[in-house]
Amino acid sequence: MVQVRVPTPLRKLTGGADSVEADGASVAAIVRHLDEHYPGMKDRICDESGAVRRFVNIFVNGEDIRFLQQLDTPVKTGDELSIVPAIAGGR
Amino acid sequence: MLSPAEQAALAKPLPDSETRGLLAASSVLQLIGNTPLVEIRRARDGVAPGVRIYAKLEGFNPGGSVKDRPARKMVEDGLARGLLVPGKVILDSTSGNTGIALAMIGAALGYPVELVMPGNVSEERKRVVRAFGARPIYSDPLEGSDGAILKCREIIAADPQRYFKPDQYFNEANPQAHFETTGPEIWEQTGGQVTHFVAGLGTSGTIMGTGRYLKQRNPDVRIVAAEPADAFHGLEGLKHMASSIRPGIYHEDELDSKIGIETDDAYNMVYRLGREEGLLVGQSCGAALVAALEVARTLRHGVVVVLFPDFGDRYLSTNLWLGWRNVA
Repeated sequence: MVQVRVPTPLRKLTGGADSVEADGASVAAIVRHLDEHYPGMKDRICDESGAVRRFVNIFVNGEDIRFLQQLDTPVKTGDELSIVPAIAGGR
Repeated sequence: MLSPAEQAALAKPLPDSETRGLLAASSVLQLIGNTPLVEIRRARDGVAPGVRIYAKLEGFNPGGSVKDRPARKMVEDGLARGLLVPGKVILDSTSGNTGIALAMIGAALGYPVELVMPGNVSEERKRVVRAFGARPIYSDPLEGSDGAILKCREIIAADPQRYFKPDQYFNEANPQAHFETTGPEIWEQTGGQVTHFVAGLGTSGTIMGTGRYLKQRNPDVRIVAAEPADAFHGLEGLKHMASSIRPGIYHEDELDSKIGIETDDAYNMVYRLGREEGLLVGQSCGAALVAALEVARTLRHGVVVVLFPDFGDRYLSTNLWLGWRNVA
């Protein structure tokens, strides 16, 4: 199981949980798992083509997956995945 | 740290005898406001020829954004009311531009500034704030700007006498700055012909104060807000009101309409503005223009003024430019 840290705006999908567990061998599989358990999650993270939205950052153990293998980045039990919007909002 | 006497001296203009005859401001604070309007000539697809669209370029303020206006007003108001006195530290939560403005103004007036901001604000912003001598304090990026607001409250609660908090979300001096400056400038610059004013929603100070002034001059002026279409978005500086801590200065009933903007549409507009208008701006400007065009397309005649809060150079290291795909 991978621990997924959920940003505030997506917590309405996770029933308020700031961290959830997900199963999968890659970031893409984790996103699919999240969407099955928390419907709407994939649409928020990925665009119509399936690519990660431009303003979304995903980190595996603190490493930006953009500089790893993007959605194909492998994950394993005990890893921590964080979904972080590029910005904060409200100057 | 400056002595109280030195701080008091900085808060006042120099005597006439020292500035008479020179075309110079006595302090950077006097350079805030009076920003230019420029017509949007190409990025206006589907808009009738009788409709003119003008952008107010707030990036021309000395701190680089519209936030210089409320920051100056809130600090001046604090000084006038005796809430900000020598020995106190200016502290607030901000994800960027307000922090830069407060840091600049604090430096000019000799007051120390501490700023609570989410750890994921752009690197340029962190560096600019430090360059003005302010101290950044980072909050959890996953908690967004609301996390910074809460952390700031904790810091003040621990030592309330130490700080002056401008409190941009709840301080009426924020909209008042726009009532006194942004609104009159737009009225003047359009010769009173403005029919629509469009701006993004962050603290809501810009649209509240400017809107109030313009409605006072002409109740028919329409006030339109742009906000992120969803709580999960990439529009730095803007708030999705329904899912955010509601600013005390925000009165939704004073808006004529509110338009939800998708992050991708705002980003794409930023790319267009650079190439087609020669304007390199931030993402909140893209969002505001997308909203302005939506309004403009419903009109046959009109003068639409859209406020661009800043320029784009402080976002070059953010997802806006360093995204998942190369910008074609």
